[in-house]
Amino acid sequence: MRPGIPPGRTLLGALHPQEPGTNQSAGMTMNVPILQMRGITKTFPGVKALQDVTLDVNRGEVHAICGENGAGKSTLMKVLSGVYPHNTFDGEILFENEPCDFSSINDSEKRGIVIIHQELALSPYLSIAENIFLGNEIASRGWVNWRQTNLEAAKLLARVGLSENPVTPIQHISVGKQQLVEIAKALSKEVKLLILDEPTAALNDEDSDHLLDLILHLKGQGVTSIIISHKLNEIRKVADAVTIIRDGKSIETLRLDQGQITQERIIRGMVGRDLESLYPERTPRIGEEVLRIEDWSVQHPQDHSRIVVHNASLNVRKGEVVGLAGLMGAGRTELAMSVFGRTYGRAVSGKVFKYGEEIDTSSVPEAIRHGIAYATEDRKHYGLNLIEDIKRNISMAALGKLAKHGWVDKNEETTVANRYRKSMNIKAPSVAAITGKLSGGNQQKVVLSKWMFSDPDVLILDEPTRGIDVGAKFEIYTIIAGLAAEGKAVIVISSELPELLGICDRIYTLSAGHITGEVPIAEASQETLMHYMTQEKE
Amino acid sequence: MSALRDSLGFLASRLRQVGIFVALILIVLLFQVLTDGILLQPQNVTNLVVQNSYILILAIGMVMVIIAGHIDLSVGSIAGFIGAVSGVMIVHWGWAWWIAIPACLLVGALVGAWQGYWIAYVGIPAFIVTLAGMLIFRGLTLITLKNQQITPFPDELRALGGGFLPDISGGTSVLEWLTVILGVGGTAAILFQSIKERRIRRKFNLENEPMAWFAIKTAFIALLMLSITFLLASYRGTPIVLIVLAVLVIVYSALMNNSIFGRHTYAIGGNLHAAELSGIKTKAVTFRLFVNMGVLAALAGLVFTARLNSAQPAGGTGFELDSIAAAFIGGAAVQGGIGTVAGAMVGGLIMGVLNNGMSILGLGTDYQQLIKGLVLLLAVGFDIFNKNRSNGGGSTIGKRFKWKTTPPADVEKPQPAAKTPVTVASVPHPVNAENH
Repeated sequence: MRPGIPPGRTLLGALHPQEPGTNQSAGMTMNVPILQMRGITKTFPGVKALQDVTLDVNRGEVHAICGENGAGKSTLMKVLSGVYPHNTFDGEILFENEPCDFSSINDSEKRGIVIIHQELALSPYLSIAENIFLGNEIASRGWVNWRQTNLEAAKLLARVGLSENPVTPIQHISVGKQQLVEIAKALSKEVKLLILDEPTAALNDEDSDHLLDLILHLKGQGVTSIIISHKLNEIRKVADAVTIIRDGKSIETLRLDQGQITQERIIRGMVGRDLESLYPERTPRIGEEVLRIEDWSVQHPQDHSRIVVHNASLNVRKGEVVGLAGLMGAGRTELAMSVFGRTYGRAVSGKVFKYGEEIDTSSVPEAIRHGIAYATEDRKHYGLNLIEDIKRNISMAALGKLAKHGWVDKNEETTVANRYRKSMNIKAPSVAAITGKLSGGNQQKVVLSKWMFSDPDVLILDEPTRGIDVGAKFEIYTIIAGLAAEGKAVIVISSELPELLGICDRIYTLSAGHITGEVPIAEASQETLMHYMTQEKE
Repeated sequence: MSALRDSLGFLASRLRQVGIFVALILIVLLFQVLTDGILLQPQNVTNLVVQNSYILILAIGMVMVIIAGHIDLSVGSIAGFIGAVSGVMIVHWGWAWWIAIPACLLVGALVGAWQGYWIAYVGIPAFIVTLAGMLIFRGLTLITLKNQQITPFPDELRALGGGFLPDISGGTSVLEWLTVILGVGGTAAILFQSIKERRIRRKFNLENEPMAWFAIKTAFIALLMLSITFLLASYRGTPIVLIVLAVLVIVYSALMNNSIFGRHTYAIGGNLHAAELSGIKTKAVTFRLFVNMGVLAALAGLVFTARLNSAQPAGGTGFELDSIAAAFIGGAAVQGGIGTVAGAMVGGLIMGVLNNGMSILGLGTDYQQLIKGLVLLLAVGFDIFNKNRSNGGGSTIGKRFKWKTTPPADVEKPQPAAKTPVTVASVPHPVNAENH
């Protein structure tokens, strides 16, 4: 269960009286198929990405697609939306009982199929209205009619429950609102089937709730949706049916009206086995204090009047896993990154002690030298060199350990990388495989290997399981438990409270830059943590 | 049968590297026919080497700068400026060549440090800094030369541009034996090295190229080396500048592949943020890359001046474009992180053979420029086409043409929309975990 935030409902609350969670909108004519995909097979050089996949979506339903990373969900949606032209795959697609031969995304949009990608396709410097009608401008003889454009945009914004001025540049609104703009854009194209690829991956709980409510609201207006999601609680909230994809094959379709949508059933379908436990067993052996941060304050890098972290103090001991819980914007990542070589913020003040002695962490090399490692929450942008292979990524933070007089011993590098590939269970043909082609879980294992090779005493792991499927999550938890057992001090930042409760020995809560609580695991529950996380300090 | 299929599959996966090599061979063959065999006459091969040496020297530094995600437009002006400086030092002041050459390289390093400072530590994009440098150093060249050429240079310096290794047989033999010894020795060393590397790859269970392909490639390279050796040996032997170039290629290839510095350069170009968060001193690396570029530009300027036997106000004009083209034709990626010194050399040779061949045919610079431009466009176009194909479609233009600048220290929560401003119908990311 994900903690919901009650006040977040105001924006959409006015739009539809329906309470969230009650998604059995009575009276809807179900079971009329709108989309039938039959025997879809798509191969890439050397890989069968999809194999004889079947997908049936009924008119007016919210249909979830579930599967591990790399299972083929996004590929399937690209096949459907014409990103992969009709002659590049085998199989048949019927939309409203008519065959589809899309050769581009424009063709599918003409039929009312609109896909919203995980990474939003908005132009940051253009206004909301311009983005909505981008490529579809309201114009006569090539000249844009701005009055009409803004007017229509305002109407669409009202439909998605977003109260923003249509002339506001996209970059000035939050990611959550940007997601709503994407949906408004889809509505402007008279969408019949809306495809959302992990729409809440970058959103906080509040925005996620808005979005899910909107999907239900649109369903009431007759829009059919396909939603790809990892988050099982979301699926339970909105989906009428769930199709599970595993290893490029459609495993089964579960239907709500037949009572088939349960967490256990979905997980079993996705991983092909029952997960007896979500978290590994471990007996903590906690030793002396390794790292202590005292009175740590950080300013926002541009807006110097904003203090992002206020006088935060915390510590972590040998063999201990410490959690940092907080809502979006609470300052968790900012705290961690400012400690790790001042990679965030300005005018950082405060002290860092290691084994009781003050240390200098004012640059990344200094921080690494003092045995601190920080694995970022955004591995694609900040963690990995995606065009480089596994071994070079693993050695990146500690190349000096492999070198003599500035020259790298490549054989040693390969040996080291092979060792981590084995111990971390990185699934790849060899350590010369390009990291950009690995699945999210395996990429994360490469990032962890990189930091383990730098042999730190303290590891700060920022959202270590973000965008990772259920099976790989368990592996990451096992790795974290292993690190603690080796005597490392581990700090885990996570937005998923069950995860923190499952792996931590002690949890700090942050709220608006203040540390509001320090809870030993024995006393921690989602409710107590959420209480501290929403606590205001003046 | 399956061995053949493996080989073909492998060839397809290395289309770019293979393609560039095949392109060079085809261009050589084409001009060999068009020029009635003049292209591969011993004298012309020697000319080809000497004429292109300074572009190739520049291309070494340029490909490194491009790998790091930057660009350098000023190298032509720097080469011209150093030519002028060497003229003043050697001809006007009468410095000995063994003082003047290190002094000129030092001036080159200072010039590079000047530009590197603005790029790495102030954070101005390299495009702007070096565009300014292009003007600044052309201006300084004109000021130094007072708009007049300086000539003549002493023989010792001229040897750097047009000199040959001594003939140890004392002029009694048809072939220059020293050249033969160097050529055969070099070929043997290359063979030895390739086999050793293949062994190591097998030992560590890394993907290896198919045996047939390895044999053909290695045999071909050996044959090529031996033919060039023979051609050079039957004219006047090994140009001194070829030795300089060979040493540079070996040293810089090793530097880029095996040294911490080289590996950090690739890391910066591949993902600047990840490099920074891995503790790589990105600013220091960038600074050093430009200092190195300055030194190589100075060397190119010296070779060029030595070859012309005069320091000229317009010396080095257009070198930057030829060396940038060489790097890109040789497979360097516009967005950084990809490229090799060897590739840049092949790219430079393609440009060189085109120049030389078209000159022999008597085509004017008008057509030469036209054709060179088209070749550059085709090569990089092929690159992008190839990349899209292997990624299963989608445009990468948005990513390719994003400038790399020093990242601000503020790392906000990721906002995908702001990071990849891709327009409506395109697939957001060429690299997708679900794509394989």
